[in-house]
Amino acid sequence: MTAVDQAVADAHRREWAYVLAATVRVTRDLEGAEEAVQDAYVQALSSWRQDGVPARPGAWLTTVARRNALNVLRRRRTLATKLPLLVEREDAEPPPEPDADAVTIPDDRLRLVFICCHPALSSEAQVALTLRLVCGVATADIARAFLVAEPTMAARLTRARKKIAAARIPYAVPSAEELPARVDVALTVIHLLYAAGHTAHSGADLVRDELTERALDLVRMLRLLLPGDGEAAGLLALLLCHEARRTTRTDGDGRLLRLAEQDRSAWDQALIAEADRLLVATLRARPPGRFTLQAAIAALHAQAPSYEATDWPQILTLYDELLRIWPSPVVALNRAVALAMVDGPEPALAEVEALERDGRLAGYRYLPSTKADLLHRLGRDAEAVTAYRAALALTGNAAEQEFLEQRLSAL
Amino acid sequence: MRLDTTSDGGGLMAQYAVLIFERVPPGELPPEVMQRHMDLPERVAEQGGRIVAGLGLEPSGTATAIRSGGDRITDGPFIETKEELAGVYVLEARDLDHALALARMTPIVEGGVEVRPLIDFQVLEDG
Repeated sequence: MTAVDQAVADAHRREWAYVLAATVRVTRDLEGAEEAVQDAYVQALSSWRQDGVPARPGAWLTTVARRNALNVLRRRRTLATKLPLLVEREDAEPPPEPDADAVTIPDDRLRLVFICCHPALSSEAQVALTLRLVCGVATADIARAFLVAEPTMAARLTRARKKIAAARIPYAVPSAEELPARVDVALTVIHLLYAAGHTAHSGADLVRDELTERALDLVRMLRLLLPGDGEAAGLLALLLCHEARRTTRTDGDGRLLRLAEQDRSAWDQALIAEADRLLVATLRARPPGRFTLQAAIAALHAQAPSYEATDWPQILTLYDELLRIWPSPVVALNRAVALAMVDGPEPALAEVEALERDGRLAGYRYLPSTKADLLHRLGRDAEAVTAYRAALALTGNAAEQEFLEQRLSAL
Repeated sequence: MRLDTTSDGGGLMAQYAVLIFERVPPGELPPEVMQRHMDLPERVAEQGGRIVAGLGLEPSGTATAIRSGGDRITDGPFIETKEELAGVYVLEARDLDHALALARMTPIVEGGVEVRPLIDFQVLEDG
């Protein structure tokens, strides 16, 4: 990759959302803006090769993308005899000067995030749209990341775009009273994105760097755009803790390692320290939300000298609080693991069995695998075998399958 | 696809159908719920929206379905649901967020509402 290729790739990753949002101001139309921005990046490749990389690549791209969009509008205006809304609206805002200072264009990236993460869209559509529109990832690459055929992903994106248009999902930052719930949706999308990259459900590769990196970029961006939001900081801290341990989640052969088996000396201390600083500031400022509490738990794990010497009572307290504000069966299952470390496997097994009867976690592979571990610790290996087999039947991930088979054969 | 980037939605309103799904039959609705139905147009107007039209439906037991192009007549609604389709009203709102905020005020005893955009025939004629 040449220096120019690299500069364009960097600008794509860093500036896409800003440039697209600035161009929507001209087009009032997502597809038109996308096209104009896409073209601007293509133009950058040849222009920067010839004239060198501009001092402010984002401003250059914004100017060119807006000019592209404007040219399309002008062409349409000469072609069509009547353009009811377009002309009026375009005239309401003066067109950008060829080299206008792009920095003065208001930052609309939040609008872009909130239209993609609108609760009226399915969770799958939210994730796909966010990757396409906020991150500028090509449809083919999104399809690959989520292991679906490209036409399937293209159809999913088209359906979402049609709903945005037909139902008139607003391109706007929600009102102050709606904001916390809407930020929660956006953070959930980012968390999902990270999780998809972190633990590929199927396929040989456990980590898909592209998705985890995009998720980190997105949460850092949201944190900058919503400085008063504790949960954005909480999610960033949570992802940093995951990221710090990422390389140690598997051994040299790609086998999955449990937390207790991971090489703690290889954890990225700089990332853990960054997460810790974020958490200290966030916990001081306001009552913690669910991402902040999860981050606090992850940070305690990350800072513990060993699995046994982890502050389990504190982790259990945090899970109690998390379960109170977010009564999810997955949280209850994780709490049971902490309970086993504090009060032993017996009460924890009772909790897991209660969750099993509850039925909401049917099909969730970590329930039988957790149950199997607890049964094994209680010396009930025959039942543990059944539970491990149940877990195996539920996972499509090669690394996880191998891990479970290994546990099974150790019994 | 047009995006409204102005805070007032550019002054253009969109129309939505609000489908009311309710387990309690219309005749058995508590009087206070009926009253809230009567008050709804005014409350919607206070919030900057407008109810253009409304229909209340008799219980689904009174419905007759015509299937397969008119060949087959059956007793009951076209689709059986636990919460019956009890009524529909047409709502004018700035955008989906506004429509959802307004539709949320619909009095429901047990069930919910569905908000569905109406085809904008105006645009089709122009286009």
